[in-house]
Amino acid sequence: MIVDTLRAWRIEWLGNVRGDVLAGIVVALALIPEAVAFSIIAGVDPKVGLYASFSIAVIIAFTGGRPGMISAATGAMALLMVDLVKDHGLEYLFATTILTGLIQIAAGLLGLGRVMRFVSNSVMTGFVNALAILIFLAQMPELLKVNWITYPMVAAGLAVIYLLPRFTTAVPSPLVSIVILTVVTVAFGLDVRTVSDMGELPSSLPVFLLPDIPVNLDTLLIILPYAMPLAIVGLLESLLTASIIDDFTDTSSDKNRESTGQGIANVATGFLGGMAGCAMIGQSVINVKSGGRGRLSTLVAGGFLLVLVVGLGDAVGRVPMPALVAVMIMVSIGTFSWVSLRNLQTHPRTSSVVMLATVAVVVATHNLAIGVLAGVLLSGIFFAWKIGQIFGVASTMSDDGRRRTYLVTGQVFYASAEQFIDAFDFREALDTVVIDVSRAHFWDISAVSALDKVILKFRRDATDVEVIGMNEASSTIVDKLAMHDKVESYDLAPGH
Amino acid sequence: MKILACIDSSRYAVSVCDHAAWAATQMSVPVELLHVLERHATDPKIAADRSGRLGVDSRGALLKELIALDEQRNRLEQQAGRHLLDEAAAEVREGGISDIKQRLVHGELVDHLPEHEVDAAVIIIGQRGESEDHAELHLGRNVERVIRASHKPVLVVAQQFRPVTRLLVAYDGGFGAEKAITFLLNEPLLTGAECHLLTVGNGSDNEQTRLAHAATRLRDAGYIVTESIRPGEPDHVIPEVVEASGVDLLVVGAYGHSRVRPLIIGSTTTTLLRTCPTSMLIIR
Repeated sequence: MIVDTLRAWRIEWLGNVRGDVLAGIVVALALIPEAVAFSIIAGVDPKVGLYASFSIAVIIAFTGGRPGMISAATGAMALLMVDLVKDHGLEYLFATTILTGLIQIAAGLLGLGRVMRFVSNSVMTGFVNALAILIFLAQMPELLKVNWITYPMVAAGLAVIYLLPRFTTAVPSPLVSIVILTVVTVAFGLDVRTVSDMGELPSSLPVFLLPDIPVNLDTLLIILPYAMPLAIVGLLESLLTASIIDDFTDTSSDKNRESTGQGIANVATGFLGGMAGCAMIGQSVINVKSGGRGRLSTLVAGGFLLVLVVGLGDAVGRVPMPALVAVMIMVSIGTFSWVSLRNLQTHPRTSSVVMLATVAVVVATHNLAIGVLAGVLLSGIFFAWKIGQIFGVASTMSDDGRRRTYLVTGQVFYASAEQFIDAFDFREALDTVVIDVSRAHFWDISAVSALDKVILKFRRDATDVEVIGMNEASSTIVDKLAMHDKVESYDLAPGH
Repeated sequence: MKILACIDSSRYAVSVCDHAAWAATQMSVPVELLHVLERHATDPKIAADRSGRLGVDSRGALLKELIALDEQRNRLEQQAGRHLLDEAAAEVREGGISDIKQRLVHGELVDHLPEHEVDAAVIIIGQRGESEDHAELHLGRNVERVIRASHKPVLVVAQQFRPVTRLLVAYDGGFGAEKAITFLLNEPLLTGAECHLLTVGNGSDNEQTRLAHAATRLRDAGYIVTESIRPGEPDHVIPEVVEASGVDLLVVGAYGHSRVRPLIIGSTTTTLLRTCPTSMLIIR
């Protein structure tokens, strides 16, 4: 058994050294502009995002559950921090990061990864699309009310990013684009904002610090409303990215281990002066594309990022903002799920509505957590509505016209309770009514009380009621269905 | 009932087939040949695209590329696996058995055992496999795991097949050894063979009585039995005796040769597996 663990360890770390190292370097080079850009979105010094990316990547390399996945400071998380930073400052951000991590660790230990199954595909697509849109929108401050030279620079940057790979895929094109634009800016003395105008850059390795805040209930009440959505969004994006990487590598990963891993990384990051982060879809895809598969790639990405930033120091500060904008536009185009637009034509309306609603709510609130909540709610309601249609009541009259047998099939629950009641004809004057529910499934108390209502109404009209098959029907009322076999024969007779 | 024979592309496969044919003839049961297509640690290398650029729907494109490469490689492997099984079946047929099933599965051998060993009388596996073909001192990666995980007798075969006429049974009176005796009494696999019962110990009265009792039971069942007690360590003595007396098969119970708690298969059993040149039947 120890041999097995050692073997797994060896494969995860040393199974693809060259590929992992090179991919890690590519990712680091792409991470730097992103970390800076996300810091700016959050309203903090670029230093914070860069330290965060370093610490999260390095720690996740060891604690994460999905080798090959890249975690760092992200746009999804940055967007949730804007108000916190504005109203309370940096120290509260660090404290929030720590609390986010603790919540995530708890989620991992409690096995909440399973709750992900209630977040449907449409909601996740909406999440991803909304994120792409928000990242794009966040570039607006850099594109409006600026020097005209910005626009051709951004265009040139994009051109290099998209066209260079046609000639060579051995060098990261975002890096080349940034280098070219920086050189041009410096050489021609162009008047554009640079990274150093946006705040402090790291000049040394991060140090351990305790957030300078009072430790009391008030503080907790301030940071908790931020920590919760951060934790949720972080886990959502991480678990989503993990399954994408699972698909790429045809291997499975431990979602709960990933949750606790994310939590540990965030806790540590808070103490190192970084902002909360999570897994990144874009960078993970780039990692796999560049040949990265194991934990080493994540470690190299984080480590190389810090080495570069601390080592290059000033040079990073000279990078013009338009160069970063170009990279971020590429990221947003790459994150958006364009195939989902095509799918709008072919997918069921309800799924499309869920996706679009999620996007709309996120863009309106700038809060991915709320959008996901809205999406999940809608998915649930649509589902209940659809199942409520799988329901039917047929009836036969006895020869002497004094006894009617109603045969109920399908799912009776809160969404179909009303239809259930309406299916009975109370205007007939009968001696007996037989209600056969053995082929129906009652799912909740609404269903049972609907049945009670029907029985009482018949009784008031002096009609005897006989109910057959209640045991089978109500076997679905319990919260935990013992075996799936029990709930067989779903007679999908369409409702009429 | 059936004989479950684990096949791979190593040198031991022929011996496994021959042993399977022999065992199936002795016990009058069919043979099932099992070959496992193991997952590779690293997937096929796509042409690494280090441009660090995300295009439109690069996720979808990348996934398609990876799947196509996987498909290509695995198709070839599957074909090779089928071919291997066909060759193995031919070998078993030469040994006089016609009722042969071939099974090709994905994953790890140990993971498939619970399902395939259910009605197996014996599981046959080579001392080592493809990856250790050259490493004579090491046991195959799967052997120990199979013995640990399995609930049925495991026959670990050496490179050469010899019809079994002389056996050595390592008997220490313990739980495992008793199981070995029970197997010999109940199963027709080794009937008619010459059986030497060996106890490694200090020759106490207790040991002598138990040994004699076991020998009697075997004689009553029709085996030709000799018995002896030798001093020393089982790890050393048993291989010596095996070499010296030219036995065809060593039979042991999986636990009990030492005082070590049987969380691992007895360390004695492991040592014997490594050092004995003959095939070994391990009874659980």
